[in-house]
Amino acid sequence: MKWKKIIVILTLISIFVLSLGMGASAELFRVAFIMPSSINDFAWSQSMYEALLTIQEEMGKEEFQFAYSESMFVVADAAAAIRDYASEGYDLVIAHGSQYGASLTDIAPDFPNTSFVWGSTANVFTDLGITNVFSYEPLAEQGGYVNGVLAAKLSESNVYGVIGPIETGDAKRYTEGFKAGIKSVKPDAKVNVTWIGSYSDVALASEAAQTHIDAGADVLTGTSQMTVGAIGVAKQRGALWFGYDVDQSALAPQNVVASVDVVWAIALRPMIEMIKKGERGGKIFTLNLANGGLKIIVNDEALVGKTIEDIVKGNVEVKLEK
Amino acid sequence: MEVIIIGIAKSAIRLATPYLYASIGETIGQLSGVLNLGVDGVMLMGAFSAFYTVLKTGNLILGLLVAIVVGAIFGLLIAFINVTLRAEQGISGIGVYIFGLGLSSLLFRTMVGTVQAVSGFPPLFIPLLSNIPIVGEIFFRQNILVYGAFALIPISWFILNKTPLGLSIRAVGQHPEAADSLGVNIVRIRYLTVIFGGMLSGVAGASLSIALLNVFQQNLTNGMGFIAVALVYFGAWRPLSVLTGALLFSTVNAIQIWVQVKGINIPSDFTLMLPYIVTIVVLAAMAKRYVRPPKALNKPFERGE
Repeated sequence: MKWKKIIVILTLISIFVLSLGMGASAELFRVAFIMPSSINDFAWSQSMYEALLTIQEEMGKEEFQFAYSESMFVVADAAAAIRDYASEGYDLVIAHGSQYGASLTDIAPDFPNTSFVWGSTANVFTDLGITNVFSYEPLAEQGGYVNGVLAAKLSESNVYGVIGPIETGDAKRYTEGFKAGIKSVKPDAKVNVTWIGSYSDVALASEAAQTHIDAGADVLTGTSQMTVGAIGVAKQRGALWFGYDVDQSALAPQNVVASVDVVWAIALRPMIEMIKKGERGGKIFTLNLANGGLKIIVNDEALVGKTIEDIVKGNVEVKLEK
Repeated sequence: MEVIIIGIAKSAIRLATPYLYASIGETIGQLSGVLNLGVDGVMLMGAFSAFYTVLKTGNLILGLLVAIVVGAIFGLLIAFINVTLRAEQGISGIGVYIFGLGLSSLLFRTMVGTVQAVSGFPPLFIPLLSNIPIVGEIFFRQNILVYGAFALIPISWFILNKTPLGLSIRAVGQHPEAADSLGVNIVRIRYLTVIFGGMLSGVAGASLSIALLNVFQQNLTNGMGFIAVALVYFGAWRPLSVLTGALLFSTVNAIQIWVQVKGINIPSDFTLMLPYIVTIVVLAAMAKRYVRPPKALNKPFERGE
């Protein structure tokens, strides 16, 4: 009898201690991340993944954890994943794509204790009475403009090729900015734009790059994960490349002059603070050059390499004043 | 104008290359009576294995051989499922596709991690011929896998139409019972054609990852394997017509890129539809004359009493 009592008491104590432990781990902030491509796409999804790693490093694994689902290009699959994560009690669900918005209007009202964020967009559905949706929107045109100015200074043919996925969102903003940047330096520039109709058709992106170069372009740029095909062509045929989303210079160190790095952490940090204070949505987070949400990463190897090549080829003559 | 025509022709030839390998392989398999919808998955495995081999060893020939071996292993798997186990071919093919897509993505993640570039097969200038104006530039300054794809058309035509093996293949696809009664080993012929088709799908993938694009990314083929199966129907199971279909689709695609580059004011959404529209229109126009699938296509063979 005595032993039984002791066991019961010990069990009660251990339950009590365990529940204290559970209480302590309630500080843990849990994020779920749904993406259309993969964490190593060298573009859109990878930049968000890197932001989550950064934040995990800042807050520590005890306080910040995240789970993710890749290849959710089919919106119905993504919606199911969003709902699953929400019902598992995640604090924040990142639906990383402008195609996921309609699903959020459906799901968010069912999970008032979970916050959702999507983008690129400035729509947080407050007009629909939804209070737990955030959004983020990089002003991609600012990065595109900087890339354009640099491109115009380096181009010899003054013909430029843009390989975009679908004429909407970030891709459209970036392309407009790139054009404006070039025209600010060389108003007579010829900027040819092709849309691939897909974020993932690497073969068609590669062929578009070939066509741009055949049409006289010596500088190329583009957005989304399919551009790895175009970067390959730039490398093979000696054209310069300007990147977007992440630093793409590792793919072609001699060709990628600069990349616009989207620093999603700039949006995520204040968002997490708001959620911790109980504010679950309604705010649009803009990423731009001023707040550090967009960063230009210049790859010296390509930039300097090009200058040296120009001197060697005789395109540039360094004159001495006597 | 000359630049544009040469550019379109060069693009069309490059774009057609992976389709030719995959479609010819599928044609031979279908002629023996086996429908394989898993082409895209096998292409992905071929693309990854070739890419990984070249990344690690720098040896392009070895990369190509590994893609062929991986394609053959997948061909063996497909033949086992469809011929020996007599599975429903349409469904098992989708299974193979998803398996190839998933496995190539997993291997890429664990063994490579991030997108990287390799140096693929360089352009191989054919002596003398490459110096012919225009024609030389279009046809004779491509890489070796492009030449291989086009060489495959007469070779496969010859095998299918002029050799006893070709006769057996077609007999097995048309009248397996009759072929069986004449002593043709149906199972062996079908294994042979499906394994060969797998090898060609592997090469189709390799042509992307180590010759044309020189990168690997998850789902690199982006559904090309399914277009390749459609081209078999378009080409009515004849190599020369498969070539026509592949070139038609690729040429219209090359034209639509030029339309965009030249800034001709047609919405990109429309130009992007063009290759598909033209293909469907041609297919519809030819429907009455050509479509004669092998009679035993999609029918597992069971020897009667």
